[in-house]
Amino acid sequence: MTAKLLVDASYFVVAVLFILGLKAMASPVTARKGIVWAGIGMVVATLVTFFTPGMQNFGLMIVAIAVGGALAWWSGKVVKMTDMPQMVAIYNGMGGGAAAAIAALEFARGGVHGVVFTSLATLGALIGAVSFSGSCVAFAKLQGIMTKTWRLPAQNAVNIVLALVTVLVGIGIVISGDPTPTQVITFFILSLVLGVIITLPIGGADMPVVISLFNAFTGLAVGFEGYVLGIPALIIAGIVVGAAGTLLTQLMAKAMNRPITNILFSPITGEAQAGSGPTGTMKECSSMDAASMMRYAQKVIIVPGYGMAVAGAQHKVYEMTKLLEEAGVEVKFAIHPVAGRMPGHMNVLLAEAGVPYEQIFDLEEINEEFAQADVALVIGANDVVNPVARTDKTSPIYGMPILNADKAQNVIVIKRGKGAGYSGIENALFFEDNCRLCYGSAQGVVGEMIGHVKSLS
Amino acid sequence: MMEALYIFMLAAFTGYEVIARVPVILHTPLMSGSNFVHGVVLVGAMVVLGHADPEDPLQLAIGFVAVVLGAANAAGGYVVTERMLAMFTKKN
Repeated sequence: MTAKLLVDASYFVVAVLFILGLKAMASPVTARKGIVWAGIGMVVATLVTFFTPGMQNFGLMIVAIAVGGALAWWSGKVVKMTDMPQMVAIYNGMGGGAAAAIAALEFARGGVHGVVFTSLATLGALIGAVSFSGSCVAFAKLQGIMTKTWRLPAQNAVNIVLALVTVLVGIGIVISGDPTPTQVITFFILSLVLGVIITLPIGGADMPVVISLFNAFTGLAVGFEGYVLGIPALIIAGIVVGAAGTLLTQLMAKAMNRPITNILFSPITGEAQAGSGPTGTMKECSSMDAASMMRYAQKVIIVPGYGMAVAGAQHKVYEMTKLLEEAGVEVKFAIHPVAGRMPGHMNVLLAEAGVPYEQIFDLEEINEEFAQADVALVIGANDVVNPVARTDKTSPIYGMPILNADKAQNVIVIKRGKGAGYSGIENALFFEDNCRLCYGSAQGVVGEMIGHVKSLS
Repeated sequence: MMEALYIFMLAAFTGYEVIARVPVILHTPLMSGSNFVHGVVLVGAMVVLGHADPEDPLQLAIGFVAVVLGAANAAGGYVVTERMLAMFTKKN
């Protein structure tokens, strides 16, 4: 009895720690404290669970915690900052998988009784399994393991039919009350396939929103399974994350001006735009030309993109920024809401390189200033500076807010090759009169530029 | 039953309020942080494994997988979030 009271009281404290932690994480000043609070909550929750009355299999449990925890801890430590989005995706998928596995075990040992419990267990299993398999696909895509975007004929119809069949099998489980192994296995297979099918056609550019959506899914699944198991800490943590994740997904989708329904049901595809490509020629320039243009400019705005981050050029870029500032040039960074792979990802990457916050500006803050800039230096960014988003109603990215780099006197684009952007759409900016392209890896080109800027001062 | 509905509703409002008005730069760390918080699924996984029939290999296997996945969610979520948020405090 006392053990149960101790466990329950601890879970209550844990729930409070989670909520306070999340709240603290919503402000840059307290964010770091927030994750520590939540972390303490997690350790307490795990430890007191060992004292739950009537438990066994402790050996296996400790081994499982050690294996899962150590692998994830290690992979989280060694992963590069640029690869963070897919790591969030995969860890989230594992949470969803755990929720689904909880439901599976409850069914296997006949531990769920009554319509309400069975419904919630089944619903949690469905959401968890979709989140698991979908997140795995998202991981594979962002990691570059899976590069092609598959789109089935009549994709949306297939999605809906599959979803309906899965739900019907789920209802069958609820009605039967005591499902057969065949029913349960069919249900899980269908749910897993559904997650894959939903995620496959979604392009990399939309992936952050989908990851965030799956994050909310996992939260809900955890909340439902928490109800089935009668653990309020799981209900509260799960539902809080479910709601927070849903709002976060909406905020991200809004930042990209892509309604969530569009992302899920009419993904961006490059082919959609095959008919009318931009006209004009692309003009090259050397790193020396680019360097002198910037060295003698009044104002330079740098638009960093994911290409800069994967090349690991942010440190070099900041070094060049400091040189230019010493020479009296005003340098600012313009960050698109979805620069990098997720909102805020680029800010993290620049912060890692040491760029001070005061030099980093959001889209709304800086977009007017491009007209007064002598040079806009676009490094490894593409879709976020594509003017067709403003002008071409037929373009899949039409309506997405973009950085108006094309309004600057001169635009220099550092680019690896002549290919299209992440979404597969040709960039009209590269064909503009005021635009020059500097081919090469961001790391190499900026390195050369640093040398030239030095030689000019 | 009703009790649970109240918990669901209040928790949902709490989640909504906690996130409202968060600056864009924190979207990614916050998503990662909330990803960590639902890692508490580990507790649920431990409880079901703890009540699994020790004679039944299938139950043990499913429970084992559940705990591995839950532990990975919690541990990985923490490390990744902590690393991202560390970027925000270096300067100030």
